[in-house]
Amino acid sequence: MFERKIFPRAAAAAVIAALAAVASAKAEDSIKVGLILPMTGGQASTGKQIENAIKLYMQQKGDTVAGKKVEIILKDDAAIPDKTKTAAQELIVNDKVNFIAGFGVTPAALAAAPLATQAKIPEVVMAAGTSIITERSPYIVRTSFTLAQSSTIIGDWAVKNGIKKVATLTSDYAPGNDALNFFKQHFTAGGGEVVEEVKVPLQNPDFAPFLQRMKDAKPDAIFVFVPAGQGGNFMKQYAERGLDKAGIKVIGPGDVTDDDLLNNMGDAVLGTVTAHLYSAAHPSQMNKDFVAAYKKAFGNRPGFMAVSGYDGIHLIYEALKKTGGDTNGDKLIEAMKGQKWESPRGPISIDPETRDIVQNIYIRKVEKVDGELYNVEFATFEAVKDLGKTKK
Amino acid sequence: MTAILTNLFDGVAYGMLLFVLACGLAVTLGLMNFVNLAHGAFAMAGGYVCMVLVNRMGWPFFAALPLAFVSAAAIGIVLERSLYRHLYTRSHLDQVLFTIGLTFMSVAAVDYIQGSSRVFINLPAALQGQFDVFGIGIGRYRLMIIVICGLLTIGLQMVLAKTRFGSRLRAAVDDPRAASGLGINVPQVFAFTFAFGCGLAGLGGALSAEILGLDPYFPLKFMIYFLIVVTVGGSSSITGPFLASLLLGIGDVAGKYYVPKMGPFVIYTMMIVILIWRPNGLFGRTAAR
Repeated sequence: MFERKIFPRAAAAAVIAALAAVASAKAEDSIKVGLILPMTGGQASTGKQIENAIKLYMQQKGDTVAGKKVEIILKDDAAIPDKTKTAAQELIVNDKVNFIAGFGVTPAALAAAPLATQAKIPEVVMAAGTSIITERSPYIVRTSFTLAQSSTIIGDWAVKNGIKKVATLTSDYAPGNDALNFFKQHFTAGGGEVVEEVKVPLQNPDFAPFLQRMKDAKPDAIFVFVPAGQGGNFMKQYAERGLDKAGIKVIGPGDVTDDDLLNNMGDAVLGTVTAHLYSAAHPSQMNKDFVAAYKKAFGNRPGFMAVSGYDGIHLIYEALKKTGGDTNGDKLIEAMKGQKWESPRGPISIDPETRDIVQNIYIRKVEKVDGELYNVEFATFEAVKDLGKTKK
Repeated sequence: MTAILTNLFDGVAYGMLLFVLACGLAVTLGLMNFVNLAHGAFAMAGGYVCMVLVNRMGWPFFAALPLAFVSAAAIGIVLERSLYRHLYTRSHLDQVLFTIGLTFMSVAAVDYIQGSSRVFINLPAALQGQFDVFGIGIGRYRLMIIVICGLLTIGLQMVLAKTRFGSRLRAAVDDPRAASGLGINVPQVFAFTFAFGCGLAGLGGALSAEILGLDPYFPLKFMIYFLIVVTVGGSSSITGPFLASLLLGIGDVAGKYYVPKMGPFVIYTMMIVILIWRPNGLFGRTAAR
C-alpha cells in the first residue's frame, strides 16, 4: 500500500522539478517584479495609485533596464495578510520573481518579510508606514514613509506655534498607535499637554460621541490619525459639531488630508495643518510635470501613495543599473543602500543602515488654489530619518 | 447637564437612523419568516442612487430622497418576484447562503461601477452645522433625521394598525393558509411588504451616508447592527425594533462618550444581557413561529 503510493509521488516531484528548471531558465531573460497590492477592499485606492504610478514611470523611462526587460506581475491581496503571504509564495516559487514590492498595509508587509529573507530577494515597501517593518528582514527597503517621521515633526511644530493643549483622536491599530506615541513624546517634551486621549475602533461608523468629548475638553487643537478613507467623514462631522467655530484646529500626519480625497471634503478642512512627505502642490518643476502627466494618464491627481510607488520602481531601476542587471538579492540590496535622488516630493535617499527612507517633511495648510483644495507647504524639515528607530 | 442632553439627542438620531435601516429586516424576518442578510445591499443601492442624482445630476437633496426609496423598492420587487419567492419555503440555511451570496455580488458590482472609495452626498447649506438651544448642541442634519424617521414610524404604525392593508398583512402573517382561503392574495401582500421594507432601507442608506459613511462594503459592515436591532427588539411588531434601535443608539453614543476605552463593546454587552434576560428579544412573542 505504502510503496504503491510512493512511486507516483516521486514521479510528480520529478516533473515539478523539471518544470521549475524550465521556468527558471526562462526567467533569466527578464527581470520580474512581483507587485502585491490591495486592488479591492477598503484600501483599494492605495493599490490603484501605486499601480498607476508604476505604469507611468515605465511609460516615461521605458521597460528595459541594464539590457533586460522589466516585467510587472500584479497580485491583489485586498490588504489581508494571509492573502499577501500566499501571493508572495506564488510569486517567489512559481513566477521566480526578482523583487517583491507594494504592500498597502503594515500587516501585509510583515507577512511577506520572512519569505523575502528565505528567498533572499528584495522586498520594496511602497506604502505601509509602521517603523518596525524594515527591522523584520535584512531584505526590506522602504520608499514610502514612517508615521514617526510626520508625527514627531507635527509635535515639534505645534509646541513652537502656540498650541499648548491637545486632544488626540487616533484609530486603534498599529499605525494609529505609532502616530499617537511619537506625537506625544515630542509634543510633551516641548512643554505641551495632552488633555484628552481617545482611541477609536478601526471600523467606526460614527465619530459624533468622540468629537463631542473633544469639544468639551476645549483643547487648542485635535491631533488626528485615521486611515485615509475615513478622513472625509471625520472632517465633515468635525464641522457639523461646530469644532471649527469653537476655534479647535485639526493637526496631524497628512493621511487625514490625502490628496486623493481632499477635494471632496468641503470647505471645513480649510486651515487644517498637517506634516507630511508629499503634497500634489509641491512647488518643484519635477512635481509639476509629474502631476500633469499623472492627471493626463489617469484623470485625477496623484497622492502620497502614488509618489511612493513612483520612487519604489525608480529605486528598483537604479539598483539594477548599478549591479549591471545582476539579480542576486544581496547585491541588489547593497546597491539600494545609500541611493539618493530627486523625487517629485523633493530630495530623498535610502538610509544605508536601516534601509528606510530619509526625506523632507513639510508642514502644510489646506488652502483653496484655483477653486480646488490643496495642501500648501509653508515650512520644511530637511532630511528627516525614521525617529522610531534611532532611539534603539 | 447639557452634555447629557446633547448625547441624548445624538443617540436618538443615531437610533432613528438604525431603525429606518433595519425595520425592513424586521418585516422580512419577523412577518415573513425569511432571513434576508442582503438587506444592507438595498440600503447601499438607495444611498448610491441618491449620491449620483445629487452629485452628478444636480438634483436637490430632498428631491433625491424619495427617489432613493423608490429605486431600492423597485430593485426589491424585481428580486422578490424573480429570486426570493422561490426560497420562502426553503430552510433558513438555504436562505442565509443565498442572501449572503447576493450581498457579496452587490459589493463587487458597486465596487466595479463606482470604485471602492467612500462617497459623500453634497448637502444643502441649510442642513450643515449645529445650533444651540439652551446650551444643547443640535445638529441640523441629525434633527432632520429625527423628524423624517419619527414621521415614518408614526405612519408605519398607523398603516399596520388602522388600514385594510395592515389587517391583511397581519392576517397573512398569522396564518397564510387561512388568509388565502379568505381571498387574501398572500404572495401579493408579501411582495408589496418586501418592496416597502427595501425602500425604507434605501431611504436609510441615503440618510446614513453623511453619518455612517457610504462605500461598497456598507452591506457587510452594518449587517451586524441590523441583526442586533432585530434580535434585541424581537421581530413580531415594529415597536420592538423601534425601541431597540433607540436603546442601542443612545447606549452606543453614551458608551463612546463616557467610557471611550470601552465604547465599542457597550452595544454588544447590552445585546448579550438583554438576550440572556429575554431570549426572544425585548418584545418578542414567546412562541416564535
